[in-house]
Amino acid sequence: MAVEKSDTAATAAIELKGIDKRFGAVHANKAVSLTVAPGTIHGIVGENGAGKSTLMSILYGFYQADAGEIWVSGKHCSIRTPSDAIAAGIGMVHQHFMLVEPFTVLENVVLGAEGGARLGKGLDTARASLEKLGTTYAMTVPLDRPVSELAVGVQQRVEILKALFRGAEILILDEPTGVLTPAEADHLFRVLDQLRQQGKTVIFITHKLREIMAITDSVSVMRRGEIVGTLKTKDTTPQQLAELMVGRNVRLKVDKAPRQPGAEVLVVRGLSAKDNRGTTRLRDVSFSIREGEIVGIAGVAGNGQSELLEVLAGIRRRSGGEILLEGQALDPMRTSPSKLRQMHVAHVPEDRHRMGLVMSFVASENSILGYQDDARYTPHGFLDRGAILDDTKRNMSDYDCRPANPGLRAASFSGGNQQKLVLAREFERDPRLLIVGQPTRGVDIGAIEFIHKRLVAMRDAGKAILVVSVELDEIRALSDRILVMFDGRIVGERGPEASEQDLGLLMAGIESEAAKAGAAA
Amino acid sequence: MSGRASELPWWADAIIIPALNLALAFFVSALLLLALGESPLECTGILLTGAFGSGEGIGYTLFYATNFIFTGIAFAVAFQAGLFNIGVEGQAYIAGLGVALASLYFEHLPQPLIILLAIVFSAAFGAAWAFVPAYLQAKRGSHLVITTIMFNYIAQSLMIFLLNDVLRPADDMTPETRIFAPSATLPHITNLFGLDASQSPLNLAFIWALIVAAGYSVLIGRTRLGYELRTLGSSPGAASYAGMDVTRLTITALMISGGIGGFLALNEVMGAQDRVRESFTGGYGFVGIAVALMGRNRSIGIILASILFGALYQGGAELAFDKPTINRDMIVLVQGLVILSVGALEHMFRPAVGRLLALRGARVQEA
Repeated sequence: MAVEKSDTAATAAIELKGIDKRFGAVHANKAVSLTVAPGTIHGIVGENGAGKSTLMSILYGFYQADAGEIWVSGKHCSIRTPSDAIAAGIGMVHQHFMLVEPFTVLENVVLGAEGGARLGKGLDTARASLEKLGTTYAMTVPLDRPVSELAVGVQQRVEILKALFRGAEILILDEPTGVLTPAEADHLFRVLDQLRQQGKTVIFITHKLREIMAITDSVSVMRRGEIVGTLKTKDTTPQQLAELMVGRNVRLKVDKAPRQPGAEVLVVRGLSAKDNRGTTRLRDVSFSIREGEIVGIAGVAGNGQSELLEVLAGIRRRSGGEILLEGQALDPMRTSPSKLRQMHVAHVPEDRHRMGLVMSFVASENSILGYQDDARYTPHGFLDRGAILDDTKRNMSDYDCRPANPGLRAASFSGGNQQKLVLAREFERDPRLLIVGQPTRGVDIGAIEFIHKRLVAMRDAGKAILVVSVELDEIRALSDRILVMFDGRIVGERGPEASEQDLGLLMAGIESEAAKAGAAA
Repeated sequence: MSGRASELPWWADAIIIPALNLALAFFVSALLLLALGESPLECTGILLTGAFGSGEGIGYTLFYATNFIFTGIAFAVAFQAGLFNIGVEGQAYIAGLGVALASLYFEHLPQPLIILLAIVFSAAFGAAWAFVPAYLQAKRGSHLVITTIMFNYIAQSLMIFLLNDVLRPADDMTPETRIFAPSATLPHITNLFGLDASQSPLNLAFIWALIVAAGYSVLIGRTRLGYELRTLGSSPGAASYAGMDVTRLTITALMISGGIGGFLALNEVMGAQDRVRESFTGGYGFVGIAVALMGRNRSIGIILASILFGALYQGGAELAFDKPTINRDMIVLVQGLVILSVGALEHMFRPAVGRLLALRGARVQEA
């Protein structure tokens, strides 16, 4: 077994010694030392901003460390660019794929390694070696199909093949499962297992403890730029890892008392919408939300959830269907975000960097975003700085937002504190309906717990809440009812007790495919 | 990973970086002077004396600075909303018509009233000329840079036509309006804190420029409209999330920009030339872009950058007069170097300064 081998390994696949890196005032890596045994899968977990990505970027040559050494397979390497890393046998699969979409798989793989001016010869050699790699690692991919036609999971395999084709002995995977369905993630894990059996070394970055437990041999926990512990996976528990990550005890469960939902606040019937390119993204979506109820929308990213949020928030115009807010039909031509805010609809957008906050604005300026027409903040068109500051201070202390400095720019806060700024702004205006997209994306564990508690408190206060999240655990922990979206439709409704397998099948569209076949027959 | 190397404290951003960029521009200029066989020190002396050595010199420097304040603020307003208004030159040119309207057709009114009308008309004409590109950008997505450049050319042709065929007095050969009555011009500033500036064209438009600069600060920092413009400029996604009317904001920002740019005509037409001449805008509209960039889109910065450029114009003219080897083009070259180093090379010194400050910060922490 690979795990036993690592105990006695003479030369480590990767050895980092005292890696130190600063970005201005931020100390991203503090004298990090890490040893990865060959032929193992080594997990690195940590909250956002813990320094995982910086460390891997240094290993792959994107950044250079201010101090420290990199040893690869017992040799001291100077890695200044990604090509140095590739030459040293290190490959990286990024969270966002680096593929040319209209190119075929084969063309993507040889890109940058064409082997001479004549493309044909290089492609032929590549085809042969890719077919061999495919059989060795049980990763068959259609070599002549354009990448844009492939499912996300397959695209990821292309990335892995790309690295292997360049002779990678050591693979770095940065948050590889974020874009995958549970089934695709399982397939990825099988591929990784295959790689391990063939003697490759894998460094696996994630913030999902379940995945660490499922696939890795050993795991390092990073916190605030330091490695706070390296453990054998079989000797640890998710609870222990979580505690290491935040430095204190956390509960991953949300306490929620049963509650009888009240009157319907939002009713959606036959809603459809297109994206900016004119592709239909929402098809015949119908549901309702009652007072004191959290309705969760589960699904793999990109199945219409974003468009649903935007339509409900008034940002995107619907192409069909009805929306009733407390019994009142909304005119599609006159539904604007400001109008909806006046009707007590609060919206926490999925992407706080692009929408929820203006990163270059200070906290107090951000605290009136969307409410800039409120006479309390802008009497006679002039900003009332006193009132804005008072409310920002109150929000920051109520939501434990740190540092509690209203004059600090949004970009200077951590992800969790940025999200708290948005939540405070949207929750503190006594909304009737809350539309929340990815409530805890890129947020540390401590803040996740806080945000979940707030959401449940809002529910208990009788608000109607829609939560969209790609985190299945989150949806299951928060929701009173779970709707699953696939390909722009709601393909099923389940209670919070639904099993992960059941939801996973719905999310992968398997039940809907069966239903479609049934309808066609 | 929130801190990036390019994030500097405000004082470094406002003082150290522009100073370094200027030093670079002047260093290259000094090399050029050496190549021409002139002493950089002597030339600097002539330039500074020319710009600041006399009441007249200061008057000219501030007169030119007035033009740059107007065009710089004009560019900055649009830039706050993320809009690149290259058309200030054309907007100011058309605004000359507004001034002519006030000074020629309302010349029988009392002077303060004419001035008031000229302010209103120049802003209105400038804003109107900005409206078409603004509308096209906001409603049709036509690229503002392209349309505003085209509108500069259209303004030029239109003005040549109007000056030749409509506004030119019948007995005059030059394409310009008749000279305004003295009561239809802006009073000159003749006394600068005891220094005699009566030989310079410095006029009340300078005071108006300072008022406009202050107004710009209030608009951007203290009003809802300014907040909305900055939101749009920093994050269009956040602006639509917040329910701001992006179309209306785009048009508003560009019309304010064009209106302020139009004030250039007050200074040149009503304050100095006392008539509308062909090409009276003299490229100030374009230099305003550099002024705004150098002034970091802040009132104080724009005023300081304007005075720098005003001094270069005035001192440069003196230099060209004194030194036969140095002509007007050499001065334009120096201005070009300043624009290049503060605009295009803005980021050259940033990483180094960032690293230095980080090092210093680290040492302070260790101590």
